[in-house]
Amino acid sequence: MASYKYHILLCGGTGCTASESPKIKENFQQILAEKNLSEDVQVVTTGCFGFCEKGPIVKILPDNTFYTQVKPEDCREIVDEHIVKGRKVIRLLYENPENKEHISDSKHMGFYKKQMRIALRNCGFIDPENIDEYIARDGYKALASVLEQNDPAATIDIIKKSGLRGRGGAGFPTGLKWELCAKNSADQKYMICNADEGDPGAFMDRSILEGDPHSIIEAMAIGGFCIGATIGLVYIRAEYPLAIHRLQVAIDQAREYGLLGNNIFGTDFSFDIILRYGAGAFVCGEETALIHSMEGQRGEPTFKPPFPAVSGYMKKPSNVNNVETFANIPVIINKGWEWFSSIGTEKSKGTKVFALAGQINNVGLIEVPMGITLREVIYEIGGGIKGGKKFKAVQTGGPSGGCLTEKFLDTPIDYDNLVAAGSMMGSGGMIVMDETSCMVSVAKFYLDFTVEESCGKCTPCRVGNKRLSEILDRITKGNGTMEDLALLKNLSKVIKDTALCGLGQTSPNPVLSTIDNFWDEYVAHVTEKKCPAGQCKALKQYVINAEACKGCTACARNCPVGAIKGTVKMPHEINQELCIKCGTCIEKCKFNAISII
Amino acid sequence: MDKIIIKMKKEVSDKIIEICDRFNNQPGELINVLHQTQDYLGYLPAEAQELIAERLHIPTAKVYGVVSFYSFFTMVPKGKYPISVCMGTACYVRGAEKILDAFTNELKIPVGETDKDGIFSLTSLRCVGACGLAPVALVDGKVFGRLAPANVKDIIKEYREKED
Repeated sequence: MASYKYHILLCGGTGCTASESPKIKENFQQILAEKNLSEDVQVVTTGCFGFCEKGPIVKILPDNTFYTQVKPEDCREIVDEHIVKGRKVIRLLYENPENKEHISDSKHMGFYKKQMRIALRNCGFIDPENIDEYIARDGYKALASVLEQNDPAATIDIIKKSGLRGRGGAGFPTGLKWELCAKNSADQKYMICNADEGDPGAFMDRSILEGDPHSIIEAMAIGGFCIGATIGLVYIRAEYPLAIHRLQVAIDQAREYGLLGNNIFGTDFSFDIILRYGAGAFVCGEETALIHSMEGQRGEPTFKPPFPAVSGYMKKPSNVNNVETFANIPVIINKGWEWFSSIGTEKSKGTKVFALAGQINNVGLIEVPMGITLREVIYEIGGGIKGGKKFKAVQTGGPSGGCLTEKFLDTPIDYDNLVAAGSMMGSGGMIVMDETSCMVSVAKFYLDFTVEESCGKCTPCRVGNKRLSEILDRITKGNGTMEDLALLKNLSKVIKDTALCGLGQTSPNPVLSTIDNFWDEYVAHVTEKKCPAGQCKALKQYVINAEACKGCTACARNCPVGAIKGTVKMPHEINQELCIKCGTCIEKCKFNAISII
Repeated sequence: MDKIIIKMKKEVSDKIIEICDRFNNQPGELINVLHQTQDYLGYLPAEAQELIAERLHIPTAKVYGVVSFYSFFTMVPKGKYPISVCMGTACYVRGAEKILDAFTNELKIPVGETDKDGIFSLTSLRCVGACGLAPVALVDGKVFGRLAPANVKDIIKEYREKED
């Protein structure tokens, strides 16, 4: 890498790829070739930088300049000014929203200041399709030292002492999981990576696989050595074509370098990795369902015990870990458990990657130390609520989690605190909602998701969630009763207590947490037949304020159902029976004369 | 199992047989076989499922059970330009429902169906992972981000013009 004067790093994550980053790369290469600079400047497609809100991102090394929202036509200016003349292109630098100053180094941006990158250490720094770049950043060093030491129990002990817990959501101690599987002897064992990221609004695992696939391969080999497995399986969503491609390229390269295959590093240890594709079933994130799906069956969970550590894939002892969990392993080996366990809170060590999304200024992928508060994440990293609106709730844990309100903003984030607050860590989706979100509708949104994704095997989940969704539907349409609210709570508890797997046991959480935290909002829907957030279609009325209306006829002309009547220059009126509540009139009115009640 | 009568073209059935052979006709590879068959045909018609069942020596009911379980598999042929509106949480809180409504209004087909000319089909999906661009829709694999209901008409027009 040393022979180049400049490196142009270009984000190749799904978000930036969708915003034409491949075209930007092509333009850079073409312009550099025109100017005979191809020998001096290297253009590298990296994994996700995290700051998706401002994508596509282009970073220039060695001076660490961070350009945001770059368009293909900006390439020439960047080459002419920055590369040739050494002058930064000010208009493409990030602008601090507070003082309008331009910031060129990402280290000084609010979005990055409080972050700490362990699992994402290589994302945005290396070309994920080049194994040499991973090796240059201490890649495969951990695997080499583990194999050299040749003491699986000692390695498991390091992971145990580090305090690493499963990053897929439940937070089971990883070292202990490995130990349980290592204890069972069998002719064949399997090390499985769960890359079936089904939580809507979460893209942590995808970004790691796209940005740093070798870290997963290395960690799986380490884990395989510890538990005595020679085969690793990655169960990955078919909806992630780019991640599949990068992982496959990485596996092929690792095989070529002898880092996968027989007698790795000249030892007796052999290990190889096979990919298995998911086919769009949320329940397959549950480990027993995942194993059935890999066997070519319907992805239905089975009762535990037996745990996969005893009888898993093909009835052999198997260990399932999440992508992000694996991404932590090589660093823990390299830097030591003492270092890792010094980060975070008493019971939750290290960092957590979150996909920060929703009504927030800085949407993106972030990694923060455990123990950071929601306030720091939302206001400092996330840059606050979009459009200056008021914060209402933050949803963590996806369809299994809950909504947290303002009173939890200063709670340090860790596994146990989130559960105590009525939500959970989950895989890392963090959706911020403002005052325009109706919490009954949000609960219904998640319930509809669960109903669709329930595998149908156990009655509480199959039938119970359907009933919950119907009750919520009644409430959002103004037909709910107070008895319905009691029924919601009661039924939720029954489902939690009786469902077979983690999906059903956690599916009522969005209902329970919104009832707990937004009781008044539920009551308003039931007794006043009103949606305080103005989101429930059936409960809102559009009205024209006669004093503000100038009679310009814009609303009447644009109303798709002809529900607005009135003569020119006279106040108009909306016929509530005809109105379909599409909101076109509000968009068209130039005088703010229309409001929702 | 009785020999089944296959109504599809020979080149199609040969291709499916080749896919099954590629996976050594292993029942455990059913999902991979279905993925590749769907890649090839665009959907999984009943005859294809019957043929796969025969090749893998498993009941057709089992193949159908797997096809109907996973949302990625479809038994309805998709349109030439399949449209998927992301209904992940990030898109949902940024108004994905209105985008989906706009598509159903514009195309005059409900979610999950293909229009009568076979040009467009409409589905919703869970998270493409481009949450920074929410709300998002995929049209023929291309991501359209930061959508407003007003953009929908233009998108459809753009693809209709390609057809004309």
